[in-house]
Amino acid sequence: MSDAGGVVKKFMFVNRKAPYGTVYALESLEVVLISAAFDQDVSLAFLDDGVYELTKGQSTKGLEMKNFSPTYRALEGYDIEKLYVARESLEERGLSEDDLLVDVQVVSCAEMADLMAEQDVVLSF
Amino acid sequence: MLHTVNKSPFERNTLKTCLAHAKPGSAVLLIEDGVYAALSGTAHSDMVTQAMAQVSVYALGPDLDARGVANRVLNGIKVVDYAGFVDLAIEHPATQSWL
Amino acid sequence: MKFGIMVNEGPYQHQASDTAYQFAKAVLAKGHEVYRVFFYHDGVNNGTRLTVPPQDDRNIVTRWSELAAKHNLDLVVCVAAAQRRGLLDESEAKRHGRDANNIAAGFRISGLGQLVEAGIQADRMVVFGD
Repeated sequence: MSDAGGVVKKFMFVNRKAPYGTVYALESLEVVLISAAFDQDVSLAFLDDGVYELTKGQSTKGLEMKNFSPTYRALEGYDIEKLYVARESLEERGLSEDDLLVDVQVVSCAEMADLMAEQDVVLSF
Repeated sequence: MLHTVNKSPFERNTLKTCLAHAKPGSAVLLIEDGVYAALSGTAHSDMVTQAMAQVSVYALGPDLDARGVANRVLNGIKVVDYAGFVDLAIEHPATQSWL
Repeated sequence: MKFGIMVNEGPYQHQASDTAYQFAKAVLAKGHEVYRVFFYHDGVNNGTRLTVPPQDDRNIVTRWSELAAKHNLDLVVCVAAAQRRGLLDESEAKRHGRDANNIAAGFRISGLGQLVEAGIQADRMVVFGD
């Protein structure tokens, strides 16, 4: 379905907002899934409250909202495997990699800055 | 990289996170409520002044004017209009909006 | 140079659409191209023609429509985000059995792929949101 004409750009989706309180996390994930069809070099960054999108044990029954957290585990099936999580944001929140529901690369602030600097397109949510 | 920040530093940590990820030589443009970070004599002035050793900091003039704070801009911050915003976006290979 | 612009907030509630509009105007004034403006999240509400702002205020929706007419801009509203928020064009209204549509002139409804494609085709992508 892609009409990228063979162009491969580095896309980064930057997630800095917690899920459920606002729709940004969910609708960001929808863009990520669509981007998989375009054969681009896609990565996801989770910083600040964005790390809460990935925490285990989300249960939304009481909200009557869709629990979309399992979708992060499905990204691998779309060949989206570059998930970067800010170490400092985890630590600030008393979280560790074990609290996350998907395999990620936990990176330092300097590493995250390097990753961001090499992107062609940064979409933030 | 051109970074834009549109949040007041008094309300959100957006600017702090942005500055932590802005590499030397990149530009930070303060827009909308982000321009409150461009002012002198605030609790955040030192953070911005220190950042200017590494990155260029700009503020969007129409947003400063609208908020009545154009006469309080920190030394070293360059004030640009929308055309200047476009120039910055062209000058830098990508733009990252810190929302 | 070709610019892609993303607008993530609705009109009047947040300044994002105003800033995006002024930015788009400045891009065009400098002789550059706006490849596409993509409206997502509550940004889809920039595309409803039923907006009736007070006469002494700017009309954010018609301002986008007029800019699109003048410069032949591609204003795209995300279909999934639009459906959730009650923004429909004629064919969407028919397809979902609704009794009216409300899309403004110059806007079209399409998929999220249009956003990714804009990122690929444009030289610069700039996001305006909250």
